[in-house]
Amino acid sequence: MTATDDDRRVEAGSPAVAELPDAQKLPEAVSLETEEGRRLASQLADEKARHARKLLEVRDLSTRFYTKDGEVRAVDRVSFELDYGETLGLVGESGCGKSVTALSLTRLVPDPPGKIVSGEILFDGVDVMKLSNEEMRLLRGKRIGFIFQDPMTSLNPTLSIGFQIAESARLHLGLSNRAANDRAVELLSKVGIPRARDRMGDYPHQFSGGMRQRVMIAIALACDPMLLLADEPTTALDVTIQAQILELIRSLSEEFGTAVILITHDLGIAAGMCHRVNVMYAGQIVETGVTDDLFDNPQMPYAWGLLDSLPRLDEQRGAKLRTIEGMPPDLLSRVEECRFSPRCPYSRDICHAEEPELSERDSPEHLARCFGTEPGRGWIQ
Amino acid sequence: MAVESTTIDRKIAERPPASLWRDALERLLKNRLAILGGIIVILFVLLAIFGPFITPYGYAETDTDLIRQTRGPANPGESGHLLGTDILGRDLLSRIMDGARISMTVALVVQATVLLIGVPIGALAGWFGGRVDNLLMRLTDITYAFPDLLFIILLTVVFKDTWFGGAVDGLLLVFVAIGIVSWVGVARLVRGQMLSLKETEYVEAARAIGVPDRKIVTRHLLPNAIGPIIVAVTLGIPGAILAEALLAFIGIGANVPRASWGTLITEGQIWMSSEPHLLIFPAIAIALALLSFTFLGDGLRDALDPKLKGKQ
Repeated sequence: MTATDDDRRVEAGSPAVAELPDAQKLPEAVSLETEEGRRLASQLADEKARHARKLLEVRDLSTRFYTKDGEVRAVDRVSFELDYGETLGLVGESGCGKSVTALSLTRLVPDPPGKIVSGEILFDGVDVMKLSNEEMRLLRGKRIGFIFQDPMTSLNPTLSIGFQIAESARLHLGLSNRAANDRAVELLSKVGIPRARDRMGDYPHQFSGGMRQRVMIAIALACDPMLLLADEPTTALDVTIQAQILELIRSLSEEFGTAVILITHDLGIAAGMCHRVNVMYAGQIVETGVTDDLFDNPQMPYAWGLLDSLPRLDEQRGAKLRTIEGMPPDLLSRVEECRFSPRCPYSRDICHAEEPELSERDSPEHLARCFGTEPGRGWIQ
Repeated sequence: MAVESTTIDRKIAERPPASLWRDALERLLKNRLAILGGIIVILFVLLAIFGPFITPYGYAETDTDLIRQTRGPANPGESGHLLGTDILGRDLLSRIMDGARISMTVALVVQATVLLIGVPIGALAGWFGGRVDNLLMRLTDITYAFPDLLFIILLTVVFKDTWFGGAVDGLLLVFVAIGIVSWVGVARLVRGQMLSLKETEYVEAARAIGVPDRKIVTRHLLPNAIGPIIVAVTLGIPGAILAEALLAFIGIGANVPRASWGTLITEGQIWMSSEPHLLIFPAIAIALALLSFTFLGDGLRDALDPKLKGKQ
């Protein structure tokens, strides 16, 4: 990676930070004696506080499901941060807790059987866990948009798409029917649906899968949210459409300055879209880092396995596809070992005896949960 | 993003918005039996509304000239009475039209009561589940288990001398009584629909944009359940009409001289051997009405849920 690459990333990642210096000083002429002056000053203080903190800070988030077989630790002490305007990838196998993490952020985990048992979620300085249900409802859709995996089933078949897009704007922005409709038309053409005004009255079954996902994106962005949670937005779509949808999410998030958490099991997508990536395994974050660091120099055998199992075009035909041996562990049992150790070809006694913590690697941003690659005491080269 | 309109896009846009309702209507129009049923239902409704204004005789009016001349009822076609008269010289066609008025009102009022009670109870039970569901469903079970006829007779006896018992020639009481025992089916249906629909992804999506629960139920769930509800209500109409006729047959309901089809049949069976037309025409009217509503209901079911067709 070159230095210029690095600079570009920082700029794209935090556009809000670049604007900061202009807003930092009060104009000399403004006096704190006047109403106007005090208002400006408090606005400035808000601005300052906003830039000092992250958009999202998640600390020790644990979500469990109580089933008749026992407690399932779907998300286990997950901590991460997200900057304003940044795109973060959550990658991992099916069932590793990616989606439950996203649902937990908006407190949409079905309860029962699910429950967020501990943790702190600070969203734009607000402690999400302390909000009332009603305050939470006002946050969803307005500040946090959600794109679901399957656009074929996520739209209500009996309501016109115009209604479904306008609904959020009506609910949260207090727009009149007419204004909300205008907003919906604007969004529809923004997500690339031709003749948007004519198609407002159409129903979901009249759209193809890719078009429906565009509609879902329009719904998610209807109130100009600060955070977009995209839960495998392209998994149900065919490959040619995937690229279009991802490009759309990227261009719109850059245009609106929306931060994105992109959940995917496709490492190619994560590499192409995200500023930073969290690799999840068995409900835990096992490696986190700036995308290029993580892909150039992965520090966890699980991440190697994931990267290694990507099929390559330059391979000989008929060559066997590589997999990671074994299955993800049963999340029912409480384990005192590295959760990947049963499948890890490099594991040693310590891996089965103790659970590793996230520790720093080549940069302070790059953390991994592995004894074998720990600087100083690791044995894997 | 630049948006280019291609010819195909224009074609798509020029198509009428094909909602599920339009598709269902197209399927319904292809079903001959349902259309026949629908036409007869409409005729009955028109007869009920306008019939009494058109016919020269009132339903309670005795043709005194006829009685003076013949000292007995007219046969069909005689003395200007298309379907003849009853023993008291009252025009049978006019009486059947009044009966149609009663039957169509039964259909309307009873099913409205069923909707007003059944839909909210079913929706609340299905949406909240748990304790609320348990409570409401036990209430439903009790209503279901209680003998309908006994309940209606009890109600009629208790309210007989109040304004409620006398309202609309004694009919209001009967309508409400039938409605109160008939909502169970719709409540169970709506509950079942809610239970399955609330697990769908579009409900989760609606939650994720912060739609309040009340609006999720009314705007997102009920429209998806409306097909089965329409079918159940249409298919419930024959039952309601029959219930009213049955009550009239045993002398409960419409006050004399109102002519419910049930009353007409009671009167008709007395003179069955000498004046068969007094029994035959009301019986045809009631059979025709029940059949048409059933055909229409079946057609609606097939149209609204094509997957069901040919099964059952």
